Amino acid sequence: MYLTPIEEAMLEGEAGEAVARAMGLLVALGEVFEAEGLIEVESAHVSGVSYKNLGEAGLEYLEEQAELGGRIRIRATLNPAGMDLRRWREMGVPNSFAEGQLRVIEAYRRMGVEATCTCTPYLIGHRPRAGSQVAWAESSAVAYVNSVLGARTNRETGPTALASAMTGRAPLYGYRLEEGRRPTILVDVRSRLTSRLDYGALGYLIGEVAGRSVPYIRGVRSASIEQLKALSAAIATSGGIALYHIEGLTPEAREMTPHIGGLERIVVREDSLEEVVERFHGELEDPVVCLGCPHCSLRELMEAARLLERLGGERLWAFTSRGVYEKAERLGIVEAIEGAGGRVYRDTCMVVAPLREMGWREVATDSFKAAHYLSSMGFEVRVAPLRELLGGEP
Amino acid sequence: MRIRGRRIVGGYAEGEALISPTPFSFYGGVDPETGVVTERGHPLEGESIVDRVFIFPHGKGSTVGCYILYRMRRRGTAPAAILNLETEVIIATGCAMAGIPLLDHLEVNPLEVIRGGDHVRVNADEGYVEI
Repeated sequence: MYLTPIEEAMLEGEAGEAVARAMGLLVALGEVFEAEGLIEVESAHVSGVSYKNLGEAGLEYLEEQAELGGRIRIRATLNPAGMDLRRWREMGVPNSFAEGQLRVIEAYRRMGVEATCTCTPYLIGHRPRAGSQVAWAESSAVAYVNSVLGARTNRETGPTALASAMTGRAPLYGYRLEEGRRPTILVDVRSRLTSRLDYGALGYLIGEVAGRSVPYIRGVRSASIEQLKALSAAIATSGGIALYHIEGLTPEAREMTPHIGGLERIVVREDSLEEVVERFHGELEDPVVCLGCPHCSLRELMEAARLLERLGGERLWAFTSRGVYEKAERLGIVEAIEGAGGRVYRDTCMVVAPLREMGWREVATDSFKAAHYLSSMGFEVRVAPLRELLGGEP
Repeated sequence: MRIRGRRIVGGYAEGEALISPTPFSFYGGVDPETGVVTERGHPLEGESIVDRVFIFPHGKGSTVGCYILYRMRRRGTAPAAILNLETEVIIATGCAMAGIPLLDHLEVNPLEVIRGGDHVRVNADEGYVEI
């Protein structure tokens, strides 16, 4: 693998031990993927934040990097933690967990990473421009920046995204290359998509059928940011898809048209989408209704507040980023939701919070990503549109 | 006998071979405090990985596994070196984080020519293994 003299110097330790190790990690991955070299990246989004996933091992690693003087050299934001960093007590998070979690955040802060604690950095001003190289972890955000914003990243892990943040480099392979972005399968959608749930179901289905491909999707006429967020999260969950194109909607779709001839084609009909929803149809006794996987946008919180006004929301927990929370607070939306009995938490979500230790058994949600992971963790789950989850008419 | 391979993480180590015919997950697969394999029904369940040259096809499971490898190194319970048939992100990341020598793509299948208990020298810097 080719390294520039500056990169060689970083690897040899001239920019300190933390950078040398970060470089070593990127070079090792470059070897695995037979990268020609490294490429400069403009921003990073780092996962590996919840103490539930990291445990002591991950915490030790992060503290050592900070101790060694690790500092980021490009903009870097942080994925959700396992709790609201301020209101964790009222969430029912145990003290021991909170201690570990706060140390994780402190280690990242010492390295200069913005403690945004969200899986939707693109909703709070971290929006890479089309064509730029970035190093993002968090599968749903990866699918979103690649597909919807047209920036370029592989599916980074926590340690590799952090290494890229410290070196400003990433190994050049995969979705960073022109040929890696070309579609490998055609998806014809023959169903009307109306709700956010429909887009999630479509994503979940495509991921399942098409695995790690790059789908070129036709037949989707419009999609809001929220719908694309739901689609990105679901498509990355069931199959590991990091990039998709939607004809007429996503920025690279047009230039991909010469590459769709002769591709294998799958057709998605209404009944196959219904079948996906049916899969997460547990009969729950007293579930917590969770919203915000990926984190709620302002519009989603507004919509929830409106529904709660009519239906009440004793059991609703909505998760969002601090950035969106602050706006919602100013607009009285947080108050409206909490006044109707619901709760709004920042920095965390139902997938990465220690729900077992909090005494939960059942979760109802409109997110396929959350449903997928929670059901694999042994929770009873149900997926339906928010209105239905709150007891309204389907 | 000397077998050449692809260097992923450099370094030199030697030790007794420990062989897993099936893919391995460090997350949930091993107790990082003792280095003993804990995955139920795994062919190596109950065996110690500590200071062994650990040979398996490739990693599997959660990316959290890379932190576990790092933790084992700090506790002194890590394998001395790892040989994979075809490595992937989790093992490569974990070995790089922990400084554990890692080779893959050996010119002959190590699962066939190396037996459990063989003394193996891994020169990952130079990209070869000696039995």
